[in-house]
Amino acid sequence: MSIKLRIEQRVEDVPKWLPIATSVGSVVVAFILGGIIFKIVGGKPLQALSFFYQAVFGSWAVFSDTMVKATPLILIGIACALAFKMRLWNIGAEGQFYAGAFGASMVVLVPLIPEDSPKVIVIGMMLLMGMLFGGIWGFIPGYLRAKYKVNEIITTLMLNYIIINWNNFWIFDQWSDRGFQMTATFDRVAWLPRLADYAKEIPAFSGVTLHLGVVFGLVAAVIVWWIFRFSRWGYEIKLIGDNPTAARYAGINISRNIILVMAFSGALAGLAGMAEISGVVHRLQESISPGYGFTGIIVAWLAKLNPFAIIPVSVLFAGLIVAGRELQPAGLSFLLQGIILFMLISSDVLLRYKIRLVRTGEESA
Amino acid sequence: MNPNDLAVEMKDIVIEFPGVLANDHVNFTLKKGEIHALLGENGAGKSTLMNALAGLYKPVSGTIRVKGEFVNFNSPRDAIAKGIGMVHQHFMLVPTQTVTENILLGLREPRFVMQLKKYNQEILALQDKFGLFVQPEAKIWQLSVGEQQRVEILKTLYRGADILIMDEPTAVLSPREIEELMDTMRSMTRQGKSIIFITHKLGEVVDIADRVTVLRKGKVTAEGESMQGVTKKDLAQRMVGREVVFTIERTEREVGEIVLEMKNVSALNNRGLPALKKVSLQVRSGEILGIAGVGGNGQSELAEVITGLRDCTGKITIQNEAISNKPPIKAIKQGVSHIPEDRTAVGTAPNLSLTDNTIMKGYRENPIGDGWRINFQLADQHTNTLKEKYNIMAPSVRTPAGKLSGGNLQKLILAREINSEPRFMVAMQPTRGLDVGAIEDIWALLLEQRQKGSAILLISEELDEIFSLSDRIAVISEGEIMGVVESEDADIDEIGMMMTGMQLERE
Repeated sequence: MSIKLRIEQRVEDVPKWLPIATSVGSVVVAFILGGIIFKIVGGKPLQALSFFYQAVFGSWAVFSDTMVKATPLILIGIACALAFKMRLWNIGAEGQFYAGAFGASMVVLVPLIPEDSPKVIVIGMMLLMGMLFGGIWGFIPGYLRAKYKVNEIITTLMLNYIIINWNNFWIFDQWSDRGFQMTATFDRVAWLPRLADYAKEIPAFSGVTLHLGVVFGLVAAVIVWWIFRFSRWGYEIKLIGDNPTAARYAGINISRNIILVMAFSGALAGLAGMAEISGVVHRLQESISPGYGFTGIIVAWLAKLNPFAIIPVSVLFAGLIVAGRELQPAGLSFLLQGIILFMLISSDVLLRYKIRLVRTGEESA
Repeated sequence: MNPNDLAVEMKDIVIEFPGVLANDHVNFTLKKGEIHALLGENGAGKSTLMNALAGLYKPVSGTIRVKGEFVNFNSPRDAIAKGIGMVHQHFMLVPTQTVTENILLGLREPRFVMQLKKYNQEILALQDKFGLFVQPEAKIWQLSVGEQQRVEILKTLYRGADILIMDEPTAVLSPREIEELMDTMRSMTRQGKSIIFITHKLGEVVDIADRVTVLRKGKVTAEGESMQGVTKKDLAQRMVGREVVFTIERTEREVGEIVLEMKNVSALNNRGLPALKKVSLQVRSGEILGIAGVGGNGQSELAEVITGLRDCTGKITIQNEAISNKPPIKAIKQGVSHIPEDRTAVGTAPNLSLTDNTIMKGYRENPIGDGWRINFQLADQHTNTLKEKYNIMAPSVRTPAGKLSGGNLQKLILAREINSEPRFMVAMQPTRGLDVGAIEDIWALLLEQRQKGSAILLISEELDEIFSLSDRIAVISEGEIMGVVESEDADIDEIGMMMTGMQLERE
């Protein structure tokens, strides 16, 4: 008599804890597999893990660094979750991030407002312009999809390259700082407040780079959570996502919602770009993103499109980015990202099917 | 008759599906070189019987002989080996490949090198023989539907079929293409092929068939009768039958003002062919107008133009307010309820909860819709009330709608559509696939709405349903209204005639 695994379709509701368990499980299994590979290539996995921990959570300063990296991921993860909820595949968050950075930079570099404007006005204006430009970069594929049924996966992807080269044109040519491929550093008035700015009052904050952008992320999470949970718009998004035919039958204007969701999603990614420019880099330059726009897609899925779950998941992925800078071989953190995604996709099977152990003798009985 | 003169002889065929006797001791014979029409309504068991002949189903009992020889098919491959080829209603072609490539697909030869030039020639020769012209090098996606069908026919001929089963081949064709197909069929029989032609259109049977077998609810009502010996009226009667399963009390009621008015409404179907042709109808308050007809004659499009889901020409008004060619929200705001034909694909969102599904039409209105937000607590309460009132069996209002049985899902949709107190209701196939108990519940609910003064358009393929509920009956065939009669003096034979495409002839 032998024991066999049998996979059966789930009939009853999926227990509430299961999606969380599969997400956490995916990460744990990914770390174990990553460790095994690390061992095979001749590393010391446990030491690497402890190093990883040190590099990510080791001290307030280091953790703050992780949070700085998590900020754009939170905003972009939420931007993606919003679009994905409606089954709009916005994979152009990377481009919308650059568009937001460009829009925010315009405020300082054109300049759009008098140079002696107070900080509140400058930051407020940068925020608006960042969201506006990100929003436009989301609106374009949204409009094309709604009016001409153009596949948004293609357009959002292609628009990424357009905006990156557009930015390059400005930083290489128009706004170039003495021929370098970057603009001049912004005046401090255009910098988002950082904890380090208050080091005089609270000495513990000295050198802590965490900036106001993380608050944008938290606020966005609350707002989008509220939209999904309680609002009419969120209900329409859910309905369109689950069954567009039924949504049309219920009198919902699908075209308008496609455009709105894409524009809002783009605006959130644009806000991430603004926060990165104003909070971290303090100028417009090449490669302001190590692929935040794409990592954000993974973040949104791993968090099962839940805005609050996006926050810890972003911190984890930010940790992978931070550790990747310090860990050798550097590819390890990409490897982990890849394995996590892989585990996550495969774990979805567990949500739809049950696995049962069956004794073969029993089965025939 | 000598069994060797018969291409096919099926005797006492019984095929069962869970809960349904799809073929109940059916006899069927096909003579060599004839075109034999297999006539019946949707769900009468025509396709089931032919699928058994093509090796897709195995009968529970009964025998099949092909060219005098007893056969026992285990797969379509066995049937093909005996020269039986089926042209399905839905084409099975690879759009990006050429005609020749599609015809060769799945064959043993050519083995490795395609040798397309050589096979193109072979296929051209085959085309010449049967008058089925389509460019062998053309890719499938470049072809019209009629041409794609020719490819399907060529596929079966290339495989050496001499008994062709054509499953509603005219359903997807334009009138011109239908004529071409008929010519092809005649030329094929001249070359010694035998054809079984499945259809529900009486006109086509008269045009082309040598003999006809009629099925109704799984039973044979006319067995291989020569077309010379039967009248259309006789066939129509055998196709629709005359028994009414159960009757329901329908109280007399004064009809009120005109609620729905359609004037010369025409519309295209999804493939761009005319689906509705100058339809004019009126439905008054407190009245049920039944639309009888064989499925696929424009009923879906009729429901869609009224509810704003499809564009049309002509004019549709609800209490003098124009609603045609406006977004669906306009009809909803005018008090139009819609019980859609497809409960799962159109009527509900399967992964959302019962609550989410019951507020689908009403979430904009107070008190559930409250400005920007939705009061989900109230929505849950409201759903619970409906769940009790309409006896919807579900663990809770948070259960995803997709887990409900068909009957319960339909009750959920009815609860939602009736609860808005509609002025006008389109009910399309409201009881399809439901058991007797659920059918009675739903009929009672529709009559209650009529009693309350709603105007109801009942679109159904079930004549029992049409006769039991309607005050007046309109018959639709190929997108045209063939006639409208008061249900008291409606004659089922007359309705049957109209369903198969004949105009009402009395004054």
